Amino acid sequence: MAARTLTINGTLISARSNETVLEAAREAGISIPTLCHLDGLSEVGACRLCLVEIAGSAKLQPACHTTVTEGMEVQTDTPRLKAHRRAIVELLFAERNHICAVCVASGHCELQQLAVEVGMSHVRYEYLSPDCSVDISHARFGIDHNRCVLCTRCVRACDEVEGVHTWDIAGRGTNARLITDLNVPWGEATSCTSCGKCLLACPTGAIFSRGSTVAELERDASRIATIVAARNERW
Amino acid sequence: MTQTIVIDPVTRIEGHAKISIYLDNDGSVRDAQFHVTEFRGFERFCIGRPFWEMPAITARICGICPISHILASAKAGDALLAVEIPPAADKLRRLMNLGQIIQSHALSFFHLSGPDLFLGYESDPAKRNIFGLIAAEPDFARGGIRLRQFGQEIIEALGGRKIHPAWAVPGGVRSGISAEVRAAFRQRLPEAMDVTRKAMARFKTVLDASDEEVRSYGFFPSLFAGMVTPEGNWEHHGGKLRVRDAEGQILADQVKADAYQQLFGEASEAWSYLKFPYYQPLGYPDGIYRVGPLARLNVCDQVGTPLADAELTEMRQRAGHRMVTASFYYHYARLIEILAALELVTQLLDDPDLGSSVLRADAGVNHLEAVGCSEAPRGSLFHHYQVDKNGLITYLNLIIATGQNNLAMNQTVAQIARHYLRGDRLEEGLLNRVEAGIRAYDPCLSCSTHAVGQAAFAISLIGPDGRVVDHAVR
Repeated sequence: MAARTLTINGTLISARSNETVLEAAREAGISIPTLCHLDGLSEVGACRLCLVEIAGSAKLQPACHTTVTEGMEVQTDTPRLKAHRRAIVELLFAERNHICAVCVASGHCELQQLAVEVGMSHVRYEYLSPDCSVDISHARFGIDHNRCVLCTRCVRACDEVEGVHTWDIAGRGTNARLITDLNVPWGEATSCTSCGKCLLACPTGAIFSRGSTVAELERDASRIATIVAARNERW
Repeated sequence: MTQTIVIDPVTRIEGHAKISIYLDNDGSVRDAQFHVTEFRGFERFCIGRPFWEMPAITARICGICPISHILASAKAGDALLAVEIPPAADKLRRLMNLGQIIQSHALSFFHLSGPDLFLGYESDPAKRNIFGLIAAEPDFARGGIRLRQFGQEIIEALGGRKIHPAWAVPGGVRSGISAEVRAAFRQRLPEAMDVTRKAMARFKTVLDASDEEVRSYGFFPSLFAGMVTPEGNWEHHGGKLRVRDAEGQILADQVKADAYQQLFGEASEAWSYLKFPYYQPLGYPDGIYRVGPLARLNVCDQVGTPLADAELTEMRQRAGHRMVTASFYYHYARLIEILAALELVTQLLDDPDLGSSVLRADAGVNHLEAVGCSEAPRGSLFHHYQVDKNGLITYLNLIIATGQNNLAMNQTVAQIARHYLRGDRLEEGLLNRVEAGIRAYDPCLSCSTHAVGQAAFAISLIGPDGRVVDHAVR
């Protein structure tokens, strides 16, 4: 496979021709924040946290969805990008009810970690405080829509890795909600195999083990990539 | 002309309050009201949450006594699961509650009421605080601060943090305590015991000179309620309820937490966010009862530990009656409870069960309604939950210790005002006596209204025409 050379933040980098800017950056040890990206799953470019500046393009591009090209000049950490990232994280917090102090995932939450990384000292936007439900009808798991950021990692893990597609999104905009099967309570979703991959994939406390108490939920999202890698090697 | 004095805000208490004192035409005190001016709404916004989260959510009601909420909530959770928790988990919860009693009582005695008791009610208000106490009596104050630290560090050793540890959970607790940590606490017990005994001796000298305060700071007959062991001894967790009247007669005994509604009703008044619980059989407001350290020592036959029992006997002798009805004695009772807690911590640290790794029972939702009760430092605390078949909260009622003292606190304020205030004087030292009477109950208003706020105190003087004649804010 042909190699491409490009610069990221002024550092000369070599990457394979089919790699994304995100992959190339990470291989070079350059960190770009992500939320909807999860190794082992397809890319949707939904969260916009990995936006980067590319010389010659006025538009910001999602690093997870942009393939490297020869001579590309990428900036990942400019004041403009930092401001956008902080705004994105603030908007995520403002959209639903993220109360870290009483969340099952506190201390083990990617959204919480992102807020720290982008320096979110407070939220400048008005909270929408939507009335979101909690569904713990499943025997082993629960979903709290208050904590969902609609990253669709659970949807993709269920569809692409487990091959079931129990999860999907209904509604649009701020009314968008995760649903199981044809919008039935999770406990009545007959397609669900109770495999728990959605739990592994979830970056926040939205999907949790039933009976979890506050700050107790620890998961290892990298196990999704492990499963995918192992399967690809065998098949 | 009749007037009203308003003290707003009330200082050195936990939460927001103000006091209104109503004067008659001749300048004498007609009535007084203790208003709690904050509102929080936990009983509404917890609806829809999984009950497993409730200990940690309700812990956020208070930074002083989160442990009380965690334990009462976990108790209710145990009952929803219909499990008997492992013995080690029960003992560890008890150990944490004892740590909580020690730290909270030390805070009340040394930090909040110490300045009144040892510097004087009418001393310079700029120095009448813990810093003034440190300056005047550094060793005494340091001892109190270290005693509180001892209790706080027991909580931290068990729960990983001093404030809001999400540690006790439905079915048990999340983690135990190592032999090394237990040994370290054992070494610190003599110092804690020494501080407590010295504080007790100091308090007795104050008590000897406080006849007037004893007779005016909430000196009236009332019922008393608290937890006792099956034998009728002092209890702080896992016991059943007992109610005695002012003569010592037992009106109710060994009542389980889930029957609390047979014992207590809740009234409300337009002028306070704090509810007015009352003893149901006597109705409102005749069913006035007190909870907390003095109530627990009044309802129990004895404590069950030697040092605390000797002090309890002396307290009853000093009061001249088996039932101590002067709220000034709450301070005394608090010190006796610290002593009892230290004796029980000594026993527990040697208990081999504490080394067990079996700490948490697991089950599904087996009851749809449960009540958890634990003795908070300020008195009996009830968490009453109803859940749907999946375990989401559908109804929540919290009965907080401070609320149960509400009628008594109002009577106390009126009694002190009648005794010390005349005319339209708003002399600072006299008004501080009104506040000091409230501090004897160590009220936690953030808890009892589940409200947000910092400690504050206000007082106003209101005329017969409803006009505010004078107003003081601190």
